[in-house]
Amino acid sequence: MRRIQVTTARASESSRKLLIPYLVAGDPDLDTTLALMHDLVIRGADIIELGVPFSDPSADGPVIQRGVERALASATSLVKVLQLVNRFRQQDALTPVVLMGYLNPVEIMGYGAFVEAAAEAGVDGVLVVDMPPAEAGELSALLQEADIDLIFLVAPTTSPARAKVITAQTSGYLYYVSLKGVTGAALTDHDSVRANIESLRALTDLPIVIGFGIKDAESARAMAALSDGVIIGSALVEQIAKLTDIADSAAHIDGTAEIISVVRDSIDGIN
Amino acid sequence: MIDSEANTSAFDGPDASGHFGPYGGVFVGETLVNAVEELAEVYARLSQDQDFWREYDAQLQHYVGRPSPLYFAERLTEACAGAKIYLKREDLNHTGAHKINNTIGQALLAKAMGKTRIIAETGAGQHGVASATVAARLGLECHVYMGAEDIVRQAPNVYRMKLLGANVVSVESGSRTLKDAMNEALRDWAGNVDNTYYIIGTVAGPHPYPQLVRDFQCVIGREARAQSLQQTGALPDALVACVGGGSNAIGLFHPFLDDREVTMYGVEAGGHGLATGAHAAPLSAGIPGVLHGNRTYLMTDDAGQIMDTHSISAGLDYPGVGPEHAWLKDLKRVQYVTATDQEALQAFHDLTSLEGIIPALESSHAIAYAMQLAARMTPEQMMVVNLSGRGDKDIETVARIEGIEL
Repeated sequence: MRRIQVTTARASESSRKLLIPYLVAGDPDLDTTLALMHDLVIRGADIIELGVPFSDPSADGPVIQRGVERALASATSLVKVLQLVNRFRQQDALTPVVLMGYLNPVEIMGYGAFVEAAAEAGVDGVLVVDMPPAEAGELSALLQEADIDLIFLVAPTTSPARAKVITAQTSGYLYYVSLKGVTGAALTDHDSVRANIESLRALTDLPIVIGFGIKDAESARAMAALSDGVIIGSALVEQIAKLTDIADSAAHIDGTAEIISVVRDSIDGIN
Repeated sequence: MIDSEANTSAFDGPDASGHFGPYGGVFVGETLVNAVEELAEVYARLSQDQDFWREYDAQLQHYVGRPSPLYFAERLTEACAGAKIYLKREDLNHTGAHKINNTIGQALLAKAMGKTRIIAETGAGQHGVASATVAARLGLECHVYMGAEDIVRQAPNVYRMKLLGANVVSVESGSRTLKDAMNEALRDWAGNVDNTYYIIGTVAGPHPYPQLVRDFQCVIGREARAQSLQQTGALPDALVACVGGGSNAIGLFHPFLDDREVTMYGVEAGGHGLATGAHAAPLSAGIPGVLHGNRTYLMTDDAGQIMDTHSISAGLDYPGVGPEHAWLKDLKRVQYVTATDQEALQAFHDLTSLEGIIPALESSHAIAYAMQLAARMTPEQMMVVNLSGRGDKDIETVARIEGIEL
């Protein structure tokens, strides 16, 4: 069984909400990211989304853009992110890792080479922000063969007919974008999220997690109550930004990921 | 209707899913897919509607001032001692460049879709001005994203946009040029997708933009084809146009694609020279990849990061190019070449002194290559060069480069 499936099934059995932190790989350097990944697991992360830095992150807000700039400044590349996953796997064989990024680095590496390297490194899922299902054919087939999940987003603007197509092509979990906008924007409309999640439930048995405007215990609790879990990105990256000027930041991550513990506490016990 | 006069069947694109061969497509975040699909539906319907094109043609005639002349540049021709050089005078359009052909068309789409807010990206500022112009006419709110570096390079156009009532947003991220302005416009669109129409200024971006921008710019080539036949009794032997995103070039080329005897040259920005890496010539020196909604030739490094580009002209300073150009390159129907900053600058002066026409630095790249090409051709031959914009906006840049204080 695939690692994501094991994790989500176990969470479902124990009524545990999934907590999925997102951080930009290599922000501010790869050693720090590795230390943070292990720390996130200790703090109750179920799955880790690792952002693959790209020079033109057109779906991301300013907080993650700056994280990407820091990662690129330390020369982080897709190949190095795959090596990072490999290093993580040497100590953690259980926590699923999902790569989230833009298509061009994968396109330039070559689909075949990427999938092979990802499988070897122990990557569990891939989410390509600017690759809708209609353009995913070849990569989707290769990932499927390699037992790697291909995760797609569903947005508030997604039509019901499209949602059907997307859910049919998604594996692992479904990522519901809680708002119209970029990552880190403000989440306001809880009622429409509720309604949209309900209609998605009719289309799929996959776990549905919510991301894009969740920044604190309160918003996490509200969104987790409507879904199977939450993704925390910008709120964590904002804290990681403070490590930038610290030499040997990997040894000084201390309370950087405290937000993840706070969110874990806030969503535990919700049914 | 589109291209009714010219037969372009062998090069009909895009296909139903928005692809030109392996290029083009729809590579955007899920939040924008619905908006892009809605636009494709609306355009598919309106582009079959005679009334829509009648309205478009009327606005081009009465507001833009079309048709633009096809002008025989006699002294430039003499100076090159070769083929006759004709200039398609897009510089004489209202707002000073070919960009208005497209914004007039997209404003009609925005109106038909009931959008109340216009956004646009701009490099040289010509598309920003053309967008602010149509927004002013429709009384719509308009936000133009422009790289912080370009705001410095193109100060007169920034002021023009403000006069027209647009909000010019300085983009400080990335390389602070056109590509970053496009990223920022895409972010704005995702956040305001319900009421906002995004006027993309070139034949790039997700389907249907490469198609509809081309269709609106094809008026250039349709006119040039008819004018060539009328004024010289023959089709031109060659066409020359500069290529950044490639909208003026595709507009000129497309109606001639099936005229196999007409050779075509797209001139990219050679910057300091291809060998230096400091240029903006993805078709000449790049590889296929995915950026800003489409698959096309890009300037990208081995790790898939988009590279910084360089050109003397802000309007050509872009690491990608329209997907139809990528396809035409692979099909070998169009030859893509380059002109350096220095060559463009020289051509800027040559055209100014010989013909009394100050060209935009973008168009100066086409002039530069056309002069070399003409010298290799015979006096019986004839070429059409797209003079895509006028150079008023570039006077400060040229003066600065040449150490002259205004």
